[in-house]
Amino acid sequence: MYMKRREVLKTGGSITLLALITAAGWAPPREALAADSWNKAAFDTKSMDETTKALGGTTPAPSKDITFFQTPDIAENGAVVPVGVTSAIPKTESIAILVEKNPNMVAAMFDIPAGTEPSISTRVKMGQSSNIYALVKADGKYYVASKEVKVTLGGCGG
Amino acid sequence: MADPMRIRANVVGDATEVKVLMNHEMETGLRKDAEGKPIPAWFIQNVTATHNGKTVLSAQWGPAVSKNPFVSFKFKGGAKGEKVQITWTDNKGDKRTDEATIA
Repeated sequence: MYMKRREVLKTGGSITLLALITAAGWAPPREALAADSWNKAAFDTKSMDETTKALGGTTPAPSKDITFFQTPDIAENGAVVPVGVTSAIPKTESIAILVEKNPNMVAAMFDIPAGTEPSISTRVKMGQSSNIYALVKADGKYYVASKEVKVTLGGCGG
Repeated sequence: MADPMRIRANVVGDATEVKVLMNHEMETGLRKDAEGKPIPAWFIQNVTATHNGKTVLSAQWGPAVSKNPFVSFKFKGGAKGEKVQITWTDNKGDKRTDEATIA
């Protein structure tokens, strides 16, 4: 079973087929039931450009004011990779965590209301070694920082 | 129904640090079962944290968040004995709210 899932991940064609099946099958009615504000377009993106476009922004500027913490250089288990992001950019409104080589890039998006520190940590899945991006929206503009994480055991779908 | 979350909220300086551990499968929809049938996606999409009726964090998640998700954040204010509420909603419309007392 494990190897099968791995093969599924490797063959791009299967992913597309699967995505089609999911799109045509039971997924949409269930999603329709689900809550209020889930930006489906953003979670379907496969590149940084598409993501920022789906969020209504422009190409993000690289920033040294975004730092990672608790994020390993080498993750033993790709199913559970701790990621912490702190933004020192004033007026940070939201922080998104993206994994470059996952089937869909966006893992999580956090809205930071005034009074909450622009620093969050969570755990994400990674299919393979890849860059993790932190996309920060501050004062209407987008900023990005990245960190490479090597995965010894994939965790996205197998 | 879903299992309860584990929430810890502690005063750290002038802020409150909240750590949440949720119980959820977080199925991506890309995996297949032993018979080769795709396992439908099942994951938390929205998370909201409130303190005294004010939202202190809201998040949208994709299926790439790990199984049994963990999240930690800090917000200004909050005193011992006050409550922090966390609510999640998944893509099947299932919902769960739990609260913790700030210590």
